[in-house]
Amino acid sequence: MRAFLIVIGRDLQLAIKNGGATLTQLIFFISIGVIMPIAIGPDKQILADLAPAIIWIAALLSTLLGLDRLFVADHEDGTLLSLHHASISLTSISAAKIISHWLITALPLILATPLLAVMLFMELPQFLATITALLLGTPALAALGAIGAAISVTLKRGGMVAPILILPLAIPILIFGVSAANSFAGAQTSSSAMLFLGAISLLAVAFAPFAISLALKAAEE
Amino acid sequence: MNANKMPSTNKPKNWFSALAHPGVFLGWSRHFIRPLIFLTLISFAIGLWFAFFNSPPDYQMGETVRIMYIHVPNAWLAQMVYSIMAISAIGSLVWRHPLADVAMKAAAPLGAAFTAIALFTGALWGRPTWGTYWEWDGRMTSTLVLFLMYLGLVALWNTFSDQSKGARIIAVFTLVGAINIPIIKFSVEWWNALHQPSIISTQGLSMPAEIYTPLLIMTLAFSLLFFTLHLVNMRAEIFRRRANTLERQHVIENAQASAANNGKGENK
Repeated sequence: MRAFLIVIGRDLQLAIKNGGATLTQLIFFISIGVIMPIAIGPDKQILADLAPAIIWIAALLSTLLGLDRLFVADHEDGTLLSLHHASISLTSISAAKIISHWLITALPLILATPLLAVMLFMELPQFLATITALLLGTPALAALGAIGAAISVTLKRGGMVAPILILPLAIPILIFGVSAANSFAGAQTSSSAMLFLGAISLLAVAFAPFAISLALKAAEE
Repeated sequence: MNANKMPSTNKPKNWFSALAHPGVFLGWSRHFIRPLIFLTLISFAIGLWFAFFNSPPDYQMGETVRIMYIHVPNAWLAQMVYSIMAISAIGSLVWRHPLADVAMKAAAPLGAAFTAIALFTGALWGRPTWGTYWEWDGRMTSTLVLFLMYLGLVALWNTFSDQSKGARIIAVFTLVGAINIPIIKFSVEWWNALHQPSIISTQGLSMPAEIYTPLLIMTLAFSLLFFTLHLVNMRAEIFRRRANTLERQHVIENAQASAANNGKGENK
């Protein structure tokens, strides 16, 4: 357990020391929220209706943006190879990596969501539903993204491969995420989409570490 | 790493490993290509004759029902090819078998093609019967996702320079993506949307025999087509790997020879 926390702590320290990447991602996330009203037009009602979808797409694209640096730096300086001989299994380390990846990439976006909500004229219940859906759904995005990053870790010309691979798999998260955010806005509220979203996240976070460690083992051979 | 690409001399013990040895595979699979081509052509001839001339038009859909004889076999193959890739992926992860890698790689572009045909004919069929080329219904969306995953796998194979190392990583992704297959299968039952339920189910057939017969023959014909193309593609892939290995050896030998010559020149 201590080793597990150390892996997370190391990633967080590294992210804080060179925080540029997280900041870039955050700016990208907000930029999507800025260009959308320009593209769609400043109609308050349309923007408010589309807001959950816009926020979800912005979150999806900006998590994909940060994927390539998840394992590549560790692979290049040999950290990944030495982690093979850590006191805990590579699967546990992969789980720790998912958690740190979520803390570094998804949490700042969720914290920045109120800004987008104001820009997109969201109502309070819709906003609360969206942020709950993001909290429930982004762990699955982080888990899938980590699988994509582990698969493309050795590829020198594969910077775009991980997003292409992960996007189709992220479609269920997008579907349930947006419908969960919308289900609390209208007249009838329903929690089924929200529950589905949580279930997808639990499954993804539970099974992804095995896939990640298999891919990383194959990559380091 | 290169050892499993090279024909090795030690003979495996059980019959399956014996037949699956790439060198042995090249030997016996050669005799299957022509019979498979012949069977494919025969079943296409019979199936198309049934489909065009010996089956009645549907009382609701009219002549457009004949699109089904192309659409359903391709949709079936779209899922079967992925299942074959997933089984090969297990083979390449668990036993690290080079032939499983080759089977997995050779199936990906074929699966993409069959899925594309299924989507395209589905759109053509949907226009006259549903009044739309495309609807974001569960089965259509999940089949589109399958198509995107095939394309992603083809792209992934192209990015790995070391194919046998890439195979194990790609196998992981293939298995992760296999979750989509049951989603496609049950999509029409989970989301009761536009696409009709399966015509072949445990409750028996939901169509008359004169429509069912050509459908079955066409499914057989397309499956045979896949097996033929897959076999040829696998053989081509093995030959491609051998050619690469030979080329690499040649480069190394040339370099050694020129190094030796230079050394002699300096000694004189």
